[in-house]
Amino acid sequence: MQKNLMRFLPVLLLLLCVGQVQAKTLVYCSEGSPEGFAPQLYTAGTTFDATSRTIFEGLTHFVRGTTELEPGMAESWSVSDDGKEYTFKLRKGVKFHSAKHFKPTRDMNADDVIFTFERQWKKDNPFYAISGGNYEYFNGMSMPALLKEIVKVDDYTVKFILNRPEAPMLANLGMDFAVIQSKEYADAMMKAGTPEKVDQWPIGTGPFVFQGYKKDAQIRYTAFKDYWKGKASIDKLVFSITPDASVRYAKLKAGECQVMPYPNPADIAAMQADPNINVMEQEGLNVGYLAYNTKVAPFDNVKVRKALNMAMNKQAIIDTVFQGAGKIAKNPLPPTIWSYNEATVDDPYDPVAAKKLLAEAGYPNGFSMKVWAMPVQRPYNPNARRMAEVIQADFAKVGVKVEIVSYEWGEYLKRSKDVNRDGAVLLGWTGDNGDPDNFLAVLLGCDGVGGSNRANWCYKPFEDLIQKAKVVADPAERTKLYEKAQLVFKEQAPWATIAHSVVFIPMTNNVKNYKVDPLGGHIFYGVDLE
Amino acid sequence: MFSFLLKRISVVIPTFLGVTLLTFALIRMIPGDPVELMAGERGVDPVRHAELLAQMGLDKPLLIQYWHYLTGIFQGDLGTSIVTREPVIREFFTLFPATLELSFCAIVIAISIGLPAGILAAVRRGKVTDYTVMGLSLTGYSMPIFWWGLLLILLFSVGLGWTPVSGRISAMYWVDEVTGFMLIDSYLSDEAGAFISAVRHLILPSIVLATIPLAVIARMTRSAMLEVLREDYIQVARAKGLAMWLVVCVHALRNALIPVITVIGLQVGVLMAGAILTETIFSWPGVGKWMLDSIYRRDYPSVQGGILLISCMVIVVNLTVDIFYGVVNPRIRHNR
Repeated sequence: MQKNLMRFLPVLLLLLCVGQVQAKTLVYCSEGSPEGFAPQLYTAGTTFDATSRTIFEGLTHFVRGTTELEPGMAESWSVSDDGKEYTFKLRKGVKFHSAKHFKPTRDMNADDVIFTFERQWKKDNPFYAISGGNYEYFNGMSMPALLKEIVKVDDYTVKFILNRPEAPMLANLGMDFAVIQSKEYADAMMKAGTPEKVDQWPIGTGPFVFQGYKKDAQIRYTAFKDYWKGKASIDKLVFSITPDASVRYAKLKAGECQVMPYPNPADIAAMQADPNINVMEQEGLNVGYLAYNTKVAPFDNVKVRKALNMAMNKQAIIDTVFQGAGKIAKNPLPPTIWSYNEATVDDPYDPVAAKKLLAEAGYPNGFSMKVWAMPVQRPYNPNARRMAEVIQADFAKVGVKVEIVSYEWGEYLKRSKDVNRDGAVLLGWTGDNGDPDNFLAVLLGCDGVGGSNRANWCYKPFEDLIQKAKVVADPAERTKLYEKAQLVFKEQAPWATIAHSVVFIPMTNNVKNYKVDPLGGHIFYGVDLE
Repeated sequence: MFSFLLKRISVVIPTFLGVTLLTFALIRMIPGDPVELMAGERGVDPVRHAELLAQMGLDKPLLIQYWHYLTGIFQGDLGTSIVTREPVIREFFTLFPATLELSFCAIVIAISIGLPAGILAAVRRGKVTDYTVMGLSLTGYSMPIFWWGLLLILLFSVGLGWTPVSGRISAMYWVDEVTGFMLIDSYLSDEAGAFISAVRHLILPSIVLATIPLAVIARMTRSAMLEVLREDYIQVARAKGLAMWLVVCVHALRNALIPVITVIGLQVGVLMAGAILTETIFSWPGVGKWMLDSIYRRDYPSVQGGILLISCMVIVVNLTVDIFYGVVNPRIRHNR
């Protein structure tokens, strides 16, 4: 008996060792294909998941699961008293990835930071026009107007000099377009005559190394063993591109993937009841709203706007449109963002009071109006058509006759910006950087009239508050200003704030330490598999 | 035969030009522009909007845009995707082998089952077999593909665990692309189990994609066979004592195949155009889904280039069918 055991012992030991060294592979059922592998050039969350959140990192980044900033490639920074100079001390010893066609010879330094920004900014930069030269977010965040100069103080110190103070600057630098690219790699590819490779085969400093992409099928990464924060717990990460939500669920149940995004709302109850699936949830950093055109009668009358807000049964919308996967919005900011004002009192659902207010405003018999419904599903609104129908029924009770209109999505976005637009438009917003300025200034600031400010609302008391908050460095002071701004917003009601959707991330039970990103990302550093 | 071929080929050129014009016009008639779609809710200021349109060449008059498009085609340049910035030709031929592989398997299943089913139904006309075959083919033809695909996934993949859910191969394998055909590439790779995984991944999508062509082929075959079986020479063959299977398979089938070949050719064309629903359900990275996404994004070069290439394939397939038709049926090529 002993002899037999001894004979099999080496085999048993070998099996034990194989079991222990077997790579941990996490398969994520991604909802779509990335547009490309250079996050500077694109805007879709799908692209950012595949690039900036795996392969790259910025000077700052957000603490996992929060909108708080922490040091990234910059280990510390200081801001000048006038708020116009940001000096970053770069982290030493940060390595770039290697690939078959490129081996870095140095660590990340100031040259890489300057290259990353000047590439998107300076038209005479040799890389500006590579891959089309369209830097959506860099331009969208007004960086060309903001930046005066970026100075290399030494190999590990970079100074950003701005044309004006901008308190959200650090948050902007945590965004996906601001992740650091390798200048050495760019120079090598330019020398090799293949500069576009910089954007096709990404080399970053992030926790995962790009291994390959099979178009519309799979993206493969391995953990970067020299990652400055420590190698990821999972050894291999695979994005399995699965466009249909029902199929993603089927793959989760079959064990073909371990994490999936954007489940069908109708499947959530079944997922929560499944003992093998864990559904994490969090309120999204988003808001869905109905924007009145405050430049055109009758919506130029605040009493009319308030009356319509009181006529709207938001709970019914949460129940029928969001199927419970939403929370009533009382502020234009979502609750997950700092400076959210808990003290705001929402307009109560009170059709009787609404009718009375309409009469006071000079509309005792109501009026006719249009409500624009989006033709597409968005994170903040799963079914705008249905939402418009609920609003139509609610407004009818106070004598307001609603005609629902819709256009193709691109056309909808274009036409809804028109200052003379007829009617109220359903739309929403998902935050880019966790800063309240990204909601309040973009969506309700005077600069946004005729653009992202669909209410065409330019109100001096509100504008003064948000402009002051833009230049004040102290977060506590900024918080007070934004809280006041939210109260002003509530008084004036340029929108009916409708809902913040809840984000659900189903995963198999063996996935540990996953944190739902309020900014809508899917981040796998820090995640483990049992 | 030569004049027959010449006539057929001469129709190709105006068809080709018609396709380019129609595609160019239709995609631009859909409201919305790509810059607005890319910017989303954020929007883009008018100056930047104009700059971006100019970058994409969309600020020029339509005739100039069409001229650039046409001259590009004759130089082999179908443009660059507005979204991915990749050459359209490269994107198309990266994805086309997946569609071709799936279409090929689907048509093989459709012919292997549809032809015998149609023959059986015709031979046993009016009997239970006939009604069963026709009933099933009608059901197959009427069934929503999306629903059918999901049903098979839930039953065989999730419920029984017999087949994988979706994709071309398990996420555990990374097969180097040699031909673009997963069956061949996985066979050539040195990864144990890759080929079996590729075969297993083809089963459900091929069945789903084959369903409608199978139904069409079965019904067409039955119809054509019934016509031929009524002919005098068939009665004579039977009267001479030839076995039924010989009469059906040798004498009747060849004549009945003529319209069936036309239908198969049309079905192949449809399949190669990319089975959008099947590709979406089974996460099959083919040209159908790519075309749909390109249309949503107003990626004009991808839509134009993709439709042009698909049209060329369909034209070639139909031309081949016409020529084959002429070979099989002498009356066609001699115009009698």
